[in-house]
Amino acid sequence: MADFIFWIIWALIVASAALVAFGNNLIHSVFALMGTFLGVAGIYIFLNADFLAVTQIVVYVGGILVLLVFGIMLTNKISTAQISQSSVQKVLGLLVVLGIATIILTAVLPHDWVGATLPMAFTDTVTGIGTLLFTDYLILFEIASVLLLGALIGAATLARKEL
Amino acid sequence: MDHLSSYLVLSAILFSLGLYTVVTRRNAVAILMGVELILNAANINFVAFSKFVTHNLDGHLMSVFIIMLAAAEAAVALAIVLNLYNDRGHINVDEANALKQ
Amino acid sequence: MIKLALFILFLPLLSFVFQIFSFRRFEEKKGEWVSVGIQFVTLILALVMLGMMLSRSDPNFSLELHQSWLDLGLFKIDLGIYIDNITVIMLVVVALISALVHLYSTAYMAGDVRFSRYFGFLGIFTFSMNGIVLANSLFMIYIFWELVGLSSYLLIGHWWEKDSAANAGKKAFITNRVGDIGMFTGMLIIATVLGTFNFQMIAERIHDGVWAANAGMLFGGIDPHKLLTVAGILVFMGAVGKSAQFPLHVWLPDAMEGPTPVSALIHAATMVAAGVYLTVRIFPFLTADAMATIAFIGGFTAIYAATIAITQNDIKKVLAYSTVSQLGYMVMALGTGAYVAGFFHLVTHAMFKGALFLASGSVIHAMHHSLHHLDDHETDPQDMRNMGGLRTKMPITFGVFMVTTAAISGIPLFSGFLSKDAILAGTWAYAANVHDGWLASLHLAWILPVFGFGAAAITAFYMFRLIFMTFYGEAKQPQIFKHIKESPKVMTIPLIVLAVLSMFFMFTLPSVNPISDHGWFTTVVQSPESAVTTGPAFELEHFEHALHAAHTPAMVTSILVAGLGILFSVLVYFLNKISAEKLAVKLGALYRGSFNKWYMDEFYINGIIRPFLKGCDALGRFDLDFYDHYLINGWGRNTKRTSKGVGLADDLIVDGAVNFAGIIFQWLGWTLKFIQTGKIQNYLIFVLIGAAMLYVVNVF
Repeated sequence: MADFIFWIIWALIVASAALVAFGNNLIHSVFALMGTFLGVAGIYIFLNADFLAVTQIVVYVGGILVLLVFGIMLTNKISTAQISQSSVQKVLGLLVVLGIATIILTAVLPHDWVGATLPMAFTDTVTGIGTLLFTDYLILFEIASVLLLGALIGAATLARKEL
Repeated sequence: MDHLSSYLVLSAILFSLGLYTVVTRRNAVAILMGVELILNAANINFVAFSKFVTHNLDGHLMSVFIIMLAAAEAAVALAIVLNLYNDRGHINVDEANALKQ
Repeated sequence: MIKLALFILFLPLLSFVFQIFSFRRFEEKKGEWVSVGIQFVTLILALVMLGMMLSRSDPNFSLELHQSWLDLGLFKIDLGIYIDNITVIMLVVVALISALVHLYSTAYMAGDVRFSRYFGFLGIFTFSMNGIVLANSLFMIYIFWELVGLSSYLLIGHWWEKDSAANAGKKAFITNRVGDIGMFTGMLIIATVLGTFNFQMIAERIHDGVWAANAGMLFGGIDPHKLLTVAGILVFMGAVGKSAQFPLHVWLPDAMEGPTPVSALIHAATMVAAGVYLTVRIFPFLTADAMATIAFIGGFTAIYAATIAITQNDIKKVLAYSTVSQLGYMVMALGTGAYVAGFFHLVTHAMFKGALFLASGSVIHAMHHSLHHLDDHETDPQDMRNMGGLRTKMPITFGVFMVTTAAISGIPLFSGFLSKDAILAGTWAYAANVHDGWLASLHLAWILPVFGFGAAAITAFYMFRLIFMTFYGEAKQPQIFKHIKESPKVMTIPLIVLAVLSMFFMFTLPSVNPISDHGWFTTVVQSPESAVTTGPAFELEHFEHALHAAHTPAMVTSILVAGLGILFSVLVYFLNKISAEKLAVKLGALYRGSFNKWYMDEFYINGIIRPFLKGCDALGRFDLDFYDHYLINGWGRNTKRTSKGVGLADDLIVDGAVNFAGIIFQWLGWTLKFIQTGKIQNYLIFVLIGAAMLYVVNVF
């Protein structure tokens, strides 16, 4: 059952991501992206990452996706639900991306990962992440906070009418 | 589902699709979507390695920071896109080639 | 005493500051009386000092004030004031003459274009002269030495619109410089060996044998005695310049271009006496050889200048050469060791020569006004050939002239007789006292008294010639004569004062014996012991003895020769028994030589200045023709040629290579510019291809 659900999710992610990449309707692409995000959240659950799964949904679906929709709506004159989009250098891009994908797969798959066959047992990750965040990753955490503040100010400054 | 390779393949596919989106789309918002795909692919890798290889929470932490980064990036990028739109009336990156001159 | 001296030193500077910085504001408002007042205050202070000195009557009195000025660790220079009886007497002389000249100038210079500046310069001159008098070291004397040189230059060139005045100023300054170089060198030798400039310490250290110990070591094994002789003569060179001794006397007659009161103050009474004063100061450490040299220079100058004075027609020129001659007397006196006589003559000469100049100024003033009245600007007011018979028109001036001429000619009852007689006795004693060395072998020392008596005779002759030409006989220019008037009181009062001071008793009180110089002066001024220990020094005791013996014969001879000179003058110029013109023709070459000052100026111009300029010219041509043309320009031409070749190579080879590289890169750029689309996604593709290729290359 869990296997079945996993592969369903797997397929959902690939399909929705493909729609994002190849679709002609921008609105469709955005909603396909939401599918991808939700799928990835599912994958997190399979990977015992409960905190990340929730964060994925809250931040990506609740935050970034809404931002993207705003971006689309602010930059197009919306008369129908159809906003067409086009692509450039499709053939060249496809060839290059396929090459990259081949390289990644050929590099990663044959490798014998140490302990790859022994998955970690499920534990509660929130406590662990919280502890790490305020011990080993404290400096990173603080830098991240400064970065967020910078992004906040930068975005506000850039979005003003007159620069 | 208990094999690292299934996650890695998924991640690779997601990354490739994101990359394709970034390389081919003309619309700036669509390119941003591609970037999100790439970041998600990286997140999956981190968490997968965390579970199957390192057996600790370092990968999770990385993912948290990446999500945070993605949020910040989206905010700033959309601000830039809005400016581009105000300036040009469209957001087609292939036409934003003033640097060529 | 020190405070009084400081007041005397700096009050005239105050006068200078007032006159210069008032910017002529008080020119029409009697501003000159401020300076006159200051000078009279100075005179009173100096007289107070004189009174203190006389009541003390101590010949060895001295007082010194030190002030460190420059401290270089091992080497220190002190400035300070040294007061002894000589200083006090000199201060009185300077203050007196300066005050009288100030008073006199208020009338003489009235209406001058640079009236207040004139008084300012008189002030700075008096200040610097007092500085020389009060100096306690060679170094300080040198400082004020240059300052009097400067004020002399400024005052000679007072009427600088006249080329001759400007040139005379320059001549005085440059000629003095020649002497000063010697003086400075001598000072440095002394300071190097002894480490001090102070007069007392120099004498002390020489006496203690420091010189004998150090000189050889410092100057490459030279005989210390010879070095001391050289140092003494070098320092004396400063006196040669300033006191117009042969051969540097040429500036003084030219200096008569300055206003006549200036001639009286600077070029007769005080500044030119500074050289004699310097010799007085260095007297204790002069060696016998140095003194002999000094004596011969002085003696020669005395007779040499006297011979020139005979034939001059300009009233001031006669007095100028007379001054040179009298200065020669003083120097000769010091050289022969007649220290008191030399200094005595300095003082008496200051009085009567100051009076003579001021009286001649009075005559010139009258002549000038008369000519001005006639609107005649051609006739020379100083030429005696335009005067004659002035006796009746200017009785006071004439009286003063007679008294002072009697004084300078050495007639008994007047001061000049006493001092000149003392000098002549000194030379006599010197000649009689020389027993060994080069002087004795040929009886050379007897030349000095011969010079002395000869000069005395000639002096009497030309001075009476001056009197007869100016004041007796027919008026040569009746229309000028008609307008001649006696000068105003402010001019005649100084004359009378100085004439009174030319009487013998002013210097011999309380004794009134007209043929003996014993009195207050010889009480307070006494010859110092020689400090020289390194070799034969001047033997004072023997000399005093000989001096005593020579006194009477010298006096008789001097009266005789003076009488002879006067008699001859009377015959030629008063009774006209002998025609001066015929005499001049008969004497021929001698007359022309004297009239042309023995061609000394011509000698300097043709013998030194012209050859020097020619040498400069030749060197200049050498520089231009050879050095510039062949070496510098040749080098330039060669460089140009080489450069041309190198330039060609540069054009063809180096530039060719550079251009070739340029062309290649141009072509490359032209080819590659198609990649530059400006589209970010294209670039991204290239990045990806590059990354993939890197991976492929690394792995396979």
